[in-house]
Amino acid sequence: MMKSEPAGEPAVRVEGLHVVRGARVVIPDLSLAVPRGQVVGLLGPSGCGKSTLMRSVVGVQKVAGGTITVLGRPAGDRRLRDRVGYLTQAPSVYDDLTVAENLAYFATVVGVARSGRDAEVARILALVSLTDHADARVDRLSGGQLSRVSLGAALVGTPELLVLDEPTVGLDPVLRRDLWTLFRRFAGEGITLLVSSHVMDEAARCHRLLLMREGRLLADDTLEGIFAATGTADVEQAFLTLVDRASASTGPSTGKQVQV
Amino acid sequence: MSARLTLATAARVLRQIRHDPRTLGLLVVVPCVLVGLLAWIYRETPVFDLIGAPLIGVFPFVVMFLITSIATLRERRTGTLERLLAMPLGKGDLLAGYALAFGLLAAVQAVVVTAFSLLVLGLDVAGDAWLLLVVAVAVAVLGTALGLFPSAFAATEFQAVQFLPAFVLPQFLLCGLLVARDRLPDVLHWISDLLPLSYAVDAMRTITSDPHGGADVARDMVVVLAFVIALLAAGAATLRRRTD
Repeated sequence: MMKSEPAGEPAVRVEGLHVVRGARVVIPDLSLAVPRGQVVGLLGPSGCGKSTLMRSVVGVQKVAGGTITVLGRPAGDRRLRDRVGYLTQAPSVYDDLTVAENLAYFATVVGVARSGRDAEVARILALVSLTDHADARVDRLSGGQLSRVSLGAALVGTPELLVLDEPTVGLDPVLRRDLWTLFRRFAGEGITLLVSSHVMDEAARCHRLLLMREGRLLADDTLEGIFAATGTADVEQAFLTLVDRASASTGPSTGKQVQV
Repeated sequence: MSARLTLATAARVLRQIRHDPRTLGLLVVVPCVLVGLLAWIYRETPVFDLIGAPLIGVFPFVVMFLITSIATLRERRTGTLERLLAMPLGKGDLLAGYALAFGLLAAVQAVVVTAFSLLVLGLDVAGDAWLLLVVAVAVAVLGTALGLFPSAFAATEFQAVQFLPAFVLPQFLLCGLLVARDRLPDVLHWISDLLPLSYAVDAMRTITSDPHGGADVARDMVVVLAFVIALLAAGAATLRRRTD
């Protein structure tokens, strides 16, 4: 793994991020850090700006202000493109190719040499439990299988940072558990993961949590830290407590129902 | 740009088509049927010999324009474009990969349609018949290069399909097939000089009528190639790594 930046520097540092999409301010002013070698969960209701933040970190989102440093370089830098794996929220693979053909193409794009390509495809197929479906066309797969092909495409070439936008959505509990075990194993190998979810019970599987609502951070802490600060032992309750505190400190409640 | 990534992308596009045999079939059968129909309509007249070759050049242009605009729109809408642009793939690799893959398909199409026209329909050309293939492939690549644009401006498939009449029909009307370009009103003649399809049809005309027109054909092909390069460069500008 490359060490072109000082030790101890977080994998991702966001400072004063400001994102406008159309006429709407999606992220007014956001700062956070993602430590190396950890699984950091990005949790919040649908539409709170999780995907926009992740797209900004990957460098595919137009940003109106602020700085994002990823693995020691500005987000989107061309030298980061084979060091950051990105899973888009909607599955983004070619549905008229087989699973193996998809993975082989993306492996080539990230620079896996021809001699190691078959081995890399086999490794990824095993990681996402699709070995039996290697030669199936993607448009014949179930929704859960499709999203795992897309995840597999983000894992090719062993990136140092994985930005995964809702990787477990639509999966059965066994597969979800297997994937979270995989994410923890990656972290043990020194890979950093930023994983979004709107399922609050996945929080327990993360080293740290970023709780987000309406483009702002409600919390950036460990699960224990959040429980201690809110006096609850339930993620959803902690989230609601933090929302109430935030609206109490910024004036009258917006009156919107919080859906988690 | 990297030859490795360009070739990998071209191979990927061709694999997608290979999984879709009906598209391949349509690609060669439809132009043959249309040229056959034309030969039938103009049986026992010299008209087929005059416009048969230029039409062989127009088919790949239209077909490749359509296929490319749908393919690139799909890349945008399914998120594969966003994924690729976040990966170490150059925009040039992507565009050249598409041009290469569709150029090859066009070559297959052109070989079949040209052979069918010459051998079965008895099309008569004064010049070298293999030049028909060269022009047909060049026109196909031109169609691909032009087809990269609609997806940048079209948000839906419905809109993308509307770009066919918008981008292609005016060129078809002014390229000299319906009325020779030097008999067009001045303004239209001047406009037709700015449209790439005019040069392709001029080249096909030369091959049809002039046994020693190689130099003229080469000059027209240089113009078409210049259009292709300019269109690919402009197409690359519509691929934004960062989007709203």
